[in-house]
Amino acid sequence: MTALSQIGLTPFLVVSAMLLVLGVFGIFLNRKNIIIIMMSMELILLAANLNFVAFSSAHGDLSGQVMTLFVLTIAAAEAAIGLAILTVYFRNRGSIQVEDVTMMKG
Amino acid sequence: MLTQIVFYVFSAVLVTSGMMVISARNPVHSVLFLILAFFNAAGLFLIAGAEFLSMLLVIVYVGAVAVLFLFVVMMLDIDFTKMREGLQRYAPFGAAVGGVLFAELVMTFLHWETSAVVVAPVTGGLGEPGGPHTNTAALGNVIYTHYFLPFQGCGLVLLVAMIGAITLTLRDRPTGRRQDISLQHARRRQDTLDMLDLPLGNSVEENGGFRRPADSYYVTAIPGSYGIPAETPEAAKASAAKGDHA
Repeated sequence: MTALSQIGLTPFLVVSAMLLVLGVFGIFLNRKNIIIIMMSMELILLAANLNFVAFSSAHGDLSGQVMTLFVLTIAAAEAAIGLAILTVYFRNRGSIQVEDVTMMKG
Repeated sequence: MLTQIVFYVFSAVLVTSGMMVISARNPVHSVLFLILAFFNAAGLFLIAGAEFLSMLLVIVYVGAVAVLFLFVVMMLDIDFTKMREGLQRYAPFGAAVGGVLFAELVMTFLHWETSAVVVAPVTGGLGEPGGPHTNTAALGNVIYTHYFLPFQGCGLVLLVAMIGAITLTLRDRPTGRRQDISLQHARRRQDTLDMLDLPLGNSVEENGGFRRPADSYYVTAIPGSYGIPAETPEAAKASAAKGDHA
């Protein structure tokens, strides 16, 4: 079988949980820097992917890996759109301060 | 034994680089640590037996998404030191939220029991006699049989994201001339060509030079380019027709 059977499922889940907590903490730590917030979101999605892959391998069911593929797709789309909005926002306002985004209410 | 060592090295570097992503002073360093984290996560995927996804993570994530982040961080001219103000103010709250979340997860793991019932593989069949022998082939089987519509939906999501990103960031730069096919087809010879009878030895300059009638290209040029003031095309055309028509 795979190398996962030598390690067990739990270490994977612990690493994934640490990554998730790091991502959540990063969102609070860098509240003003929206680029770092987006990178923290990538970390959270990576943690979710790690969980999916670990469970998929442990259960011998490839559906989890297909779900990982979907999560990767959504994350890529989200990063592209988010960075495009960020670029347009910076072009219009000259800053990317999160506090200033309330101006978007119009 | 070797697998365990590799696993712990990968996960240690993964968690450390994740920490550096959220705590680095320079956002460029953050992105580079994010790339390192993706590489190590790809290693963990390999250990878990997901070879295709591991390579996908390296190629798509490191090759495209992380480089996109790098581009944006380097393109935007931002004073990042100002953004670190208030870091101390929010850190305790974030640490509290993270600590609570981590405590919950630890409590979950303390009472972790896997069911004795082995879940029958619903899909896949990797390694079965007659089945696919590689992870990629098995994944392809699963995607194109059980998950065909969601897979196509993924493609649609990516298409919408691409169109959205392009429409958001595209702007009209006042450079270059647009090609107007119907205008080009409607051109006549007398619009652009003047036949002059010149005596011998007379140069072009002495006869005022030859220029294209200005309105033949002012209509197609974008206002703000080629010395055309950035105003309405009608005004530009009128002033052009009045003026330098050699």
